[in-house]
Amino acid sequence: MIEYETVVGLEVHCELLTVTKLFCGCRNAFGDEPNTNICPVCLGLPGSLPVLNRRAVELALRIGTALNCRPERSIFHRKNYFYPDMPKDYQISQYDEPINVDGWLELPDGSRVGIERAHMEEDTGKTTHVGGGGRIHEAGYSLVDYNRAGVPLVEIVSRPDIRSAAQARAYVDELRSILVATGASDGRMEEGSLRVDANVSVRPVGATEYGTRCEVKNLNSMRSLERAVDYEVARQTALVESGERIAQETRHWDEGDGSTHSLRSKEEANDYRYFPEPDLTPLVPDAGLLAAAAEGVGPMPAERRHRLSSLLAGDAELATRRDGSTDQVVTVVDLGLDDLVRDAVAAGADPRLALARAANEAAANPEGAKSLDPAAFAALLKMESAGQLSATQSKEVLAELMSQGGDPARIAGRLGYEQMDSSAFEAMVDEVINANPEEWQRFCGGDDKVAQFLLGQVMRASKGRANGKLVAAAFASRRHV
Amino acid sequence: MTGPERLITPEDVRHVARLARLALDDDEVARYAVQLSAILEAVDAVRRLDTADVPPTAHPFPVENVLRPDTEMPSLDREWVLAQAPVAESNRFRVPRIMGEAP
Amino acid sequence: MSARPAPEFGSLVEIAERVRSGTLSARAVLSQSLDRIRELEGDLHCFNAVTEQAAMEDADHIDHLVRSGADPGPLAGVPVALKDNLCTEGVPTTCSSKILEGWLPPYDATVVRRLRDAGAIAVGKTNLDEFAMGSSTENSAFGPTKNPWDTGRVPGGSSGGSAAAVAAGMVPLSFGSDTGGSIRQPAALCGIVGVKPTYGVVSRYGLIAFASSLDQIGPFATTVADAALGLEVIAGHDPMDSTSLDRPAPSVLATLGDGVEGLRIGIVEDFLSVGSDCRDAVVAAGEALSAAGAKVDQVAIPELLLGLPAYYVIAPAEASSNLSRYDGVRYGLRVDGPDVETMNARTRGEGFGPEVKRRIMMGTYALSAGYYDAYYGQAQKARTLVIRAFEAAYKNFDVLLTPTTPSVAFPFGSKVADPIEMYMCDLCSIPSSLAGHPAASVPFALSSEGLPIGIQVLAPALGESVMMRVAASLEKAAPRAARGPVTP
Repeated sequence: MIEYETVVGLEVHCELLTVTKLFCGCRNAFGDEPNTNICPVCLGLPGSLPVLNRRAVELALRIGTALNCRPERSIFHRKNYFYPDMPKDYQISQYDEPINVDGWLELPDGSRVGIERAHMEEDTGKTTHVGGGGRIHEAGYSLVDYNRAGVPLVEIVSRPDIRSAAQARAYVDELRSILVATGASDGRMEEGSLRVDANVSVRPVGATEYGTRCEVKNLNSMRSLERAVDYEVARQTALVESGERIAQETRHWDEGDGSTHSLRSKEEANDYRYFPEPDLTPLVPDAGLLAAAAEGVGPMPAERRHRLSSLLAGDAELATRRDGSTDQVVTVVDLGLDDLVRDAVAAGADPRLALARAANEAAANPEGAKSLDPAAFAALLKMESAGQLSATQSKEVLAELMSQGGDPARIAGRLGYEQMDSSAFEAMVDEVINANPEEWQRFCGGDDKVAQFLLGQVMRASKGRANGKLVAAAFASRRHV
Repeated sequence: MTGPERLITPEDVRHVARLARLALDDDEVARYAVQLSAILEAVDAVRRLDTADVPPTAHPFPVENVLRPDTEMPSLDREWVLAQAPVAESNRFRVPRIMGEAP
Repeated sequence: MSARPAPEFGSLVEIAERVRSGTLSARAVLSQSLDRIRELEGDLHCFNAVTEQAAMEDADHIDHLVRSGADPGPLAGVPVALKDNLCTEGVPTTCSSKILEGWLPPYDATVVRRLRDAGAIAVGKTNLDEFAMGSSTENSAFGPTKNPWDTGRVPGGSSGGSAAAVAAGMVPLSFGSDTGGSIRQPAALCGIVGVKPTYGVVSRYGLIAFASSLDQIGPFATTVADAALGLEVIAGHDPMDSTSLDRPAPSVLATLGDGVEGLRIGIVEDFLSVGSDCRDAVVAAGEALSAAGAKVDQVAIPELLLGLPAYYVIAPAEASSNLSRYDGVRYGLRVDGPDVETMNARTRGEGFGPEVKRRIMMGTYALSAGYYDAYYGQAQKARTLVIRAFEAAYKNFDVLLTPTTPSVAFPFGSKVADPIEMYMCDLCSIPSSLAGHPAASVPFALSSEGLPIGIQVLAPALGESVMMRVAASLEKAAPRAARGPVTP
């Protein structure tokens, strides 16, 4: 039987965090009263003319750099089509001379997805459908709000390098992190500041030519993206296997019934009649623009993961992925806690422990973690490494540090977490041995699994105050050989 | 007029009228087909030009990088704008139902 | 033909000087204008709207400024007429189209604002060919304008109303737009001066677009000096227009009287196969300039003949896109339908006249898939060839001379039936539009039927100064009878 592989390319539209719109001085804001941020330009009134927003260009170049693109001399084109959310019935966009080309994006698992282009264009207004079922073709009429018309967008087009729904999701996740890290976007899919369309096709494994692709729209969440890709791949595979042709078309994802539907309109495909925008001048990414674009931008998520991983270099247990990072590294960078970890390590904390505590405990209180003082964090970790605090105790102190701040030693003291007297827990160890002779025999016979049980008994009796490592050592030293 | 490739047929007119959202009756379609064919004939010299190595001119003056600062300017008064709208409702522009999704 | 010379306003400089000094009130000047309009407008139909009330308020304001010792500006009290494709806040701006009937712009065009700031008084919006597409003003949805020299003939187009208003003595200064000749040709047919500036010298913000890479706003006046002042007031960089040149506007007035001694002037051979009256006028113009000290020669620039076909691809293409916004959604005419697409099509079907529809369809075709390279792509390259041809010519000449238009004012209805015949009116004016160069039409002679003939002066980009110098020299040599204003 022929095996088919999934081929996905993603188009992500990203609204830029500028103060004003792309071609006019109206406010670029989400959620304002309808039609309050409009002017002759973004409303497309007769006689109006566009003037390009410098900040939008800087952010677009910044995105291109973050995606390893090459900045190019670019021009704007008009994309002509009629639709009520388009004030001019053409969209000012970029066509065959876009501002950023030929980049790539690295996913946490180390795989790379090519970026064909990241170009600039203006957003459209928003339509609300009234009457009927709320879906377009059932609606009685529609209402249009042009607040969003003219908002600056960067459209990021990937190469068809994605091979699964999961990878598609990982791509959007990573891209979103990058866009937020650049300061160019707030990445709010639920508000529509980040929108994804998927181009999906299938082909026999090993084939070099691409199959017919379908564009899938209306993906409003990461979950929709994954489900839609899976659905579309299954649909296309079934068609191909039964010898049927796949129509190249746009399909609409229906979250309700979990499937895609054809949007074939009554006419042929759109002819956009692209031509260079005569009202705008060409855009050259000169030194000034590039410098302004780079200003104040920190390292991207991939680089931050690499930096964090290098702290753990040589720790073979953690080198489980291709780029040497782990789930914990991904989580820590995602939460923006990587600087905390690195600072703590620089202050003498154990890297592995710092990473674990940040990824697990600090992650439970991300806001509190952000305000954690690295010196205090380091001091606490050192206490735990030295055996002065058990893991459980350390976590408790950490929780309080995050919510209220303070000094770890003083907090430990107040909570009564002084070092437990060795004679006290030695006595507990003996008590547990006496109370559990069967388990003790098994442990002495070499059953390491029962060691956890025995250790747990001591921890329970000591209310977590005993140091796990030292207790384990105590058991080990009593084991008859 | 020679060559079918230069003639604009009524079907061409209907196609272009659809792209341009122009409602035409049959008489108009026929009439425009004749007139547009004549115009196409008149501009044919352009099509036949040998323009190898000639770059296109989009702007008479080669200016670049005209930009503006990201500074807010006053917006229009919504009441005035909606008063000009053919049909407005709930502070929005109302249109008859839309048949297809945006491209 | 029965036209007789009409009462004049005096030069703009004189008007402004007298108003600023308080010896003449702006109201008085305005009265002369409004009286004349009342007398002739019923017959000529120069205006889509006369804003009498607002004009009187503006005039009162100017007079008040003068009394309080403030300076109202270089055009203080000058009544001006504005082509009805220039946005005027709160005043209907229709482009002589049903689709914009009753539309009120919420803003002023930059040019309109500059004229107000200079103290000019807008008296009304003038008639034009619908959306500036045409050469006779017969394409107006609100009826044609008549030529004051002969009311059975067209005033030219598309700025026919603005030209006729000056030619009939209604206003001393008016403004139009020129895309392929729409200022120059009506100026020639109406016996007045019309100027198209270098592309980018005058802001297009608020000029309702026809063809974006070609449109320019310019003045009409009865004398070169008045047109020069009108041009200087409106010229200059505008941050609201990305195609506006960011450099000082050409200074024209200062050098206007410098004469033509030593200038090299080329009569373009390729435009001499026109009507004999027009050809004779150009030859006579050359002789007059020669007598004034210029070195005049003929020059062949056959590439310029590519201009017409290239223009009639590029202009409709850009127009087809610029006019898409008239869809019945946000303003203007709406003809209802069961769905938005049908509403769009019915609105535009009823709202646009035949010439506009022809050009939209021609432009859509030229840009459509499979035809872009053959038509629009080629036309943009033809444009390059025209520019290069001019560059070569301007190595040997300072300005070029042509008839403004191949014929004098023609009778109503004589060319409307054949679009191509109408397009030929633009033969001589189009090449400079494609190149973005300045051009001016100066009334120079009368035809054997007593109709005005204009001479076109062409200069390289930003060559307004030398262009107007030559225009002034031509004006000196022309008989007074060759120019307006006239009474029909």
